[in-house]
Amino acid sequence: MKRSSRSSLGRDEMKTTTDAGGDVRLSGISKTYGSFTAVHPLDLTVPQGSFFALLGASGCGKTTTLRMIAGLEEPTSGTVHLGDQDVTALPPYKRPVNTVFQSYALFPHLDIFENVAFGLRRRGIKSVKKQVGDMLDLVQLGEQARKKPHQLSGGQQQRVAVARALINHPRVLLLDEPLGALDLKLRRQMQLELKRIQTEVGITFVHVTHDQEEAMTMADTVAVMNAGRVEQLGSPADLYENPRSTFVANFLGTSNLIEAEVDSRSGEDVVLRAGGGKLVLPEARCAAPTTTGGKVLVGIRPEKISLTHADDAGGIPEGRNRITGTIAATSFIGVSTQYVVDSAVCPEFEVYVQNVDRDTRLAPGAEVVLHWSPAHTFGFDAEQAIDAGLDEEAAL
Amino acid sequence: MPLVNWFKRKFVVIAGLLTLAYLLLPNIVVTVFSFNEPKGRFNYEWQQFSADAWKDPCGVSGLCGSLSLSLQIAFWATLGATALGTMIAFALVRYRFRARGAVSSLIFLPMAMPEVVMAASLLTLFLNMGAQLGFWTILIAHIMFCLSFVVTAVKARVMSMDPRLEQAAQDLYAGPLQTFWRVTLPIAAPGIAAGALLAFALSFDDFIITNFNAGSTVTFPMFVWGSAQRGTPVQINVIGTAMFLVAVLIVLTSMVVNNRRNKQKA
Repeated sequence: MKRSSRSSLGRDEMKTTTDAGGDVRLSGISKTYGSFTAVHPLDLTVPQGSFFALLGASGCGKTTTLRMIAGLEEPTSGTVHLGDQDVTALPPYKRPVNTVFQSYALFPHLDIFENVAFGLRRRGIKSVKKQVGDMLDLVQLGEQARKKPHQLSGGQQQRVAVARALINHPRVLLLDEPLGALDLKLRRQMQLELKRIQTEVGITFVHVTHDQEEAMTMADTVAVMNAGRVEQLGSPADLYENPRSTFVANFLGTSNLIEAEVDSRSGEDVVLRAGGGKLVLPEARCAAPTTTGGKVLVGIRPEKISLTHADDAGGIPEGRNRITGTIAATSFIGVSTQYVVDSAVCPEFEVYVQNVDRDTRLAPGAEVVLHWSPAHTFGFDAEQAIDAGLDEEAAL
Repeated sequence: MPLVNWFKRKFVVIAGLLTLAYLLLPNIVVTVFSFNEPKGRFNYEWQQFSADAWKDPCGVSGLCGSLSLSLQIAFWATLGATALGTMIAFALVRYRFRARGAVSSLIFLPMAMPEVVMAASLLTLFLNMGAQLGFWTILIAHIMFCLSFVVTAVKARVMSMDPRLEQAAQDLYAGPLQTFWRVTLPIAAPGIAAGALLAFALSFDDFIITNFNAGSTVTFPMFVWGSAQRGTPVQINVIGTAMFLVAVLIVLTSMVVNNRRNKQKA
């Protein structure tokens, strides 16, 4: 990891890694193929040193965006900046950016050592042995240096791909679904590994994935993309707790969505009518205008809901949103039990309850009251499709 | 019954050996008869052992000249067809252009067309153009019919190549030229080599098209055909055997080299 090795790049790579050299700024960037728009004009800033995830279903434009940063795709409009440098017109081999490809794209005719040394050699660096050795040790493949890529397992190939990119000390490392081909256990392991490497080297990572869990566990900031647009950008917790569209609410985790009508206001809160009952929603958590009589969609995550048998309904504290229903199905997961509740406002209300004190009366057919804190409620414009983001997730 | 059982167990081996014998018998006959000392002009009956022909392979007038000419034509035809065919294969696989499908099918026409038809129409073309028949017309014809075979061989290889390998090379600071030399060419090499070998064999061997378009020039296959009318000198068998041995030698060398490389890796 010697800094001197970068001298032949000839740009301002001698800067320390704490300056703005690794900021990625996309301004009004878009990509169209004929009449199809893969990416709508998009502004995005990835701060230096962050682990940034582009999350979305296949065909949402996330990979195209990544390839425009790499220079492998020419934007139809807009610019790409790395720090202060406009790289929009630079070919990929002149950008201080490296990519880990989805299929790894290891050179089959070169051994592991030469694969990793490839970038250094192309930049005219003669003594690569030490650096390549160190890098292979970092990804724990020192023993495999003289093997060919096809002799390695999927997880090992993936690590070679990471090493081959990282050895060049790029200002930004681009990862295109790098874990997609691995089995679940290995994927979990590599997620931690990648996160560790990123913390260790401090390079900006831009990670493209369709796996919401992967994006949430690894990234500091996640941009959720849908149909060529960024739907919402924020920290994983922020996206999960405050989704601003039904797509985000459904694509990230599970949400129960209820159609409601604005009834009145009381202070910071909006009172809504749904079915026969009333629901309270803090106005700040509603991504739609709240004029009286207007329609909104109200959402609540399944694990935020408490489930009480109708006989005990008197014990529910005041001020909580309530809905009555009948349990349609239950499934015991171990740490929790998942209930599907039939109610007047929503046919299939999902509720996850931790198995702390199991109430044996909560069986299919039982009358129940669902209740939750208004602070956990979120709301959107009723114009959008209530099931946006559902099909995509099911298809994966 | 033990015999039947033995036969059942060894059936695959026996079938394999028989097939091999079927393939190699002609070569063995050629080799054996290269040591013959025929009584008449025809070398079709075994008389007695003699190494005379081996001592003087060019002893028949015109034989070595035609052989050298055939080797030269094969060399240049291979070079031309391989270079052109490789470029065509890459263009067909990698780029989308107008009439790509049509070009793709037309390339295979020389392979499908009866050779005699192609030979006659080529001759008509050359005569109408007022071209002097000889080395150059033969070379042009050979490059043409070798082309489709090279394209087929290289195309199969290029199609199985992941275009992301070249993108990865570019991503790793290799310019277009470096990407071609360091990644594209080495990976496509087996396909290109197969195409070149095929082209060499086809060109060296061709009789029909060459015969139509050679004018007064005589290639090795034409020499053999011509002398077969009047008698077959033993030297033809000597040349044939030598060619066979060279081919076997090449195959053996590449096998040994490959084995060694694999052992080093392990």
